[in-house]
Amino acid sequence: MQNQSETLVTVETGKKLGLTEAEFEQIVSIMGRTPNFTELSIYSVMWSEHCSYKNSIHWLKTLPREGKRLLVGAGEENAGLVDIGDGLACAFKIESHNHPSAIEPFQGAATGVGGIHRDIFTMGARPIAALNSLRFGNIDLPHTRRLVEGVVAGISHYGNCFGVPTVGGEVYFNDCYNQNILVNAMSVGIVEVGKTVSAIAEGLGNPVFIVGSATGKDGIHGATFASADLTEDSAEDLPAVQVGDPFQEKLLLEATLEAIKTGAIVGMQDMGAAGITCSTSEMSAKGGVGMMIDLDKVPTRQKNMKPFEILLSESQERMLIVCHKGQEQLLLDVFEKWDLECAEIGEVTDTGTLVFHTSGTKIAEVNAHSLVLGGGAPVYQREYKRPAYVEEIRKINTKSIPLNTKYVASAKKLAASPNLVSKRWIYEQYDSMVRTGTMTTNKPSDASVVWVKDTKKAIVLTTDCNSSYVHADPYQGAMIAVAEAARNIVCSGGTPVAITNCLNFGNPYNQGVYWQFVQVIKGMGDACRKFNTPVTGGNVSFYNQSVLKDGTEPVFPTPTIGMLGVMDDISWHTTLHFKKPGHVIYMLGTPVNDLGSSEYCRTVLGIPLSAPPSFDMDEELHLQQNITQLIRKKYIESAHDISEGGLFHCLLESAIAGNVGFDIETDSNFRKDAYLFGESQSRCVVTINPQKEDAVVNFLNTHNVPFSRIGEVIKDEIKIDAESFGKIGEYTLIYNNTLGQKMAGVQN
Amino acid sequence: MKFGVVVFPGSNCDEDVFEVFSSYLGMETIKLWHKDEDLKGLELGDCIILPGGFSYGDYLRSGAIARFSPIMKSVISFAENGGLVWGICNGFQILCEAGLLPGALLRNENQQFICKNVHIVPSSNQSVITAQLTPNVALKIPIAHAEGRYFADEATLAGLKQNDQILFRYSDASGNVDAPSNPNGSIDNIAGICNIGRNVFGMMPHPERAANTMVGNTDGLKLFESLLTSSKIFS
Repeated sequence: MQNQSETLVTVETGKKLGLTEAEFEQIVSIMGRTPNFTELSIYSVMWSEHCSYKNSIHWLKTLPREGKRLLVGAGEENAGLVDIGDGLACAFKIESHNHPSAIEPFQGAATGVGGIHRDIFTMGARPIAALNSLRFGNIDLPHTRRLVEGVVAGISHYGNCFGVPTVGGEVYFNDCYNQNILVNAMSVGIVEVGKTVSAIAEGLGNPVFIVGSATGKDGIHGATFASADLTEDSAEDLPAVQVGDPFQEKLLLEATLEAIKTGAIVGMQDMGAAGITCSTSEMSAKGGVGMMIDLDKVPTRQKNMKPFEILLSESQERMLIVCHKGQEQLLLDVFEKWDLECAEIGEVTDTGTLVFHTSGTKIAEVNAHSLVLGGGAPVYQREYKRPAYVEEIRKINTKSIPLNTKYVASAKKLAASPNLVSKRWIYEQYDSMVRTGTMTTNKPSDASVVWVKDTKKAIVLTTDCNSSYVHADPYQGAMIAVAEAARNIVCSGGTPVAITNCLNFGNPYNQGVYWQFVQVIKGMGDACRKFNTPVTGGNVSFYNQSVLKDGTEPVFPTPTIGMLGVMDDISWHTTLHFKKPGHVIYMLGTPVNDLGSSEYCRTVLGIPLSAPPSFDMDEELHLQQNITQLIRKKYIESAHDISEGGLFHCLLESAIAGNVGFDIETDSNFRKDAYLFGESQSRCVVTINPQKEDAVVNFLNTHNVPFSRIGEVIKDEIKIDAESFGKIGEYTLIYNNTLGQKMAGVQN
Repeated sequence: MKFGVVVFPGSNCDEDVFEVFSSYLGMETIKLWHKDEDLKGLELGDCIILPGGFSYGDYLRSGAIARFSPIMKSVISFAENGGLVWGICNGFQILCEAGLLPGALLRNENQQFICKNVHIVPSSNQSVITAQLTPNVALKIPIAHAEGRYFADEATLAGLKQNDQILFRYSDASGNVDAPSNPNGSIDNIAGICNIGRNVFGMMPHPERAANTMVGNTDGLKLFESLLTSSKIFS
């Protein structure tokens, strides 16, 4: 393979690059000849799962993707764009960086953060918040702890230097992620409506620039790497992992936003997966044009890079810009100011074809449209079949589990579950306050609230997915993920407006995995229609499974929901902590005798799998709409949704945050462990100043909101049915310190 | 009185501190670009701020490159002539690297970046940023740094104490300076100091992040207000 142009290309070459035999034949048919190695490489990355969504796009198109607030359609631009009023729009998106992070956690996670921020500012929006959703294996394994340390340090390194606050996220531990961790990063930016930049190439003869970092050999075939199973040999694919430079990204951000203001930019796209290849082809296909590119003009980090290496390099912190002819100097001046590369590498043509040259010789010529999603990239509908485990799980009826009466011991054990304890060991490594808009540092609520400067409004953000529920029932689990995200936003005082999703699954060629995928899409679609939160885009990550001695094991299906809410008046912001003794505690919603898929089942009872918790979407929406009313009428002092760990954990978190205790009574119509620890959905705990209690009860009755007055906030003790569960200080220590102790390798 | 906020490549708290001076306090505030030597008309009696961030990426020691930038030549001579210079976080690191403040900022004791609210208590009211603060009353101010462990050798530390140069110490919420309140292992719980001429200040905590009601904490604003009020008295 010394000289690509002379390498004989066959079906076998295609297979080595990850293409199927049929795909190879299709390429030959499109081109009317056998491609050379460089051309085949271009197709292989553009038709990889990562770039083409070939195995998912059919189903993704069934999701609700329209709404009054949406300013661009799903998949049309690098990120979703939502009108938030006051002439402002919010660009937001979530994306996975699972495989790189499993191999090289620090750089994998760091470049995941960098990549998603670029998707936002390439549209002209300034990122103002970041979130992340992380899944790791068993924290008692040294391998897991090494991954946690690396991923967290990587996110911290990149995000902190870049100067955008990491305002929220979620972390779960489950054995199913022991080998294949999940690292999903979300970025949220603000831009004036009408001032966005499109990822489009237009205008015959307009010059094409590459800006930012020089191109190196890192990350070649990263997209292809991301589109295959992780195996024990995956560590040998290390060169497919990119290296991030957050300082360059910070400069690129400032330079890009400044360059947009000059008016010289026609279109722009960041370079992530498949680098120059992807950005040139997608921008050209979108504009219905072609490009002539001279690879010799691309600034490179090392000499003698082969053409396919330059084309496929996934070096970070780069952008492709199409500039208005005659205005090049405006662009050059800005990038000179910020000491960044800015090289003219070609021009826009009207041929619809991408032509790449080096040393005066044409080395590749491919039709742009034929490469891209929505153009010539293949679209598959995979076969699917309900896997046998689903039926097995349905048979596990938690109602028949004997009542466990060791309530205090259970509460303490549950409180120490790594999935429920405070994640401060992690989030204190992230700069969560830079830009001085984060309202939830000092006033925590269920979702993160970020003030939009120069307005009286805030955006409300959350990522949610309980993959145990999804695994147990993908349709219902996906609905719950959307519902919980919405509930978190509503309890914080916001209105849910749209979602981005990160769909993490196993191998789509596995019929059981594909069944999970289809069910999830159906559930997500139904829930998003119900909550009026259209899908603005996102990312699909297949091939998340571990190769074990006796076969492969997919991760639990994990469709992470990144939801955006808007709070038009920041005085609606509602916090989760109990304010003071004497306030009355109400549970809104209907409790159910249900322990399905609960953390209590897993941690205390040792039942790893069971049916998902009960859920009714109409009840859920009704509850949420009325919580919003309670908040706007200033009726409630705090709101916190009931999720993992059930009612007890919900109360515990509010008490710890307020440094107070609570005294409640359970309902004898329910088994006590289900009442305290069950995770049936569509419930929330609110506290009320006694003076407003009558008004609230009146409101709840008139609006048919089911409620129970369960007790009141007291000084510093937890009491349930007159039994002391201990002092709040004891639980606070467990809550705050457990994760740090686990990370230090302390077993308990 | 005018304020100049230096913008290094990689500064990321420049906007935040700019906003406090210009929007919240209504003061005339300008930005100073790292490549310039021009102080754009700032005079003695005005104040230069070195903001937080990762100047030049800080892949080397924090602040080690920034001290050589063109603007720092002017900042150093401004300071040597008695001009007010306030470094926050990365700005503090740069001032130490530039020799305008004694000591150094080492990697945090736990080897990790730490971002959280901490409490600091003023140790001296003999500076413009502490003069109006209530003695022994702790302020809640966030920190966000990986290299914030203040260190000075014994002789330097003795000098700091003798000359009343320690401005802030990490404390608990009641103002007690103790070991558990020290977030990063700083010697003697030191969170901020000034030079012997009392015109150059450096601190690791970020008062600009506790300066508006939206974020629910205005303890930091007190330092800015002290600066405005007392710079007249001290000048």
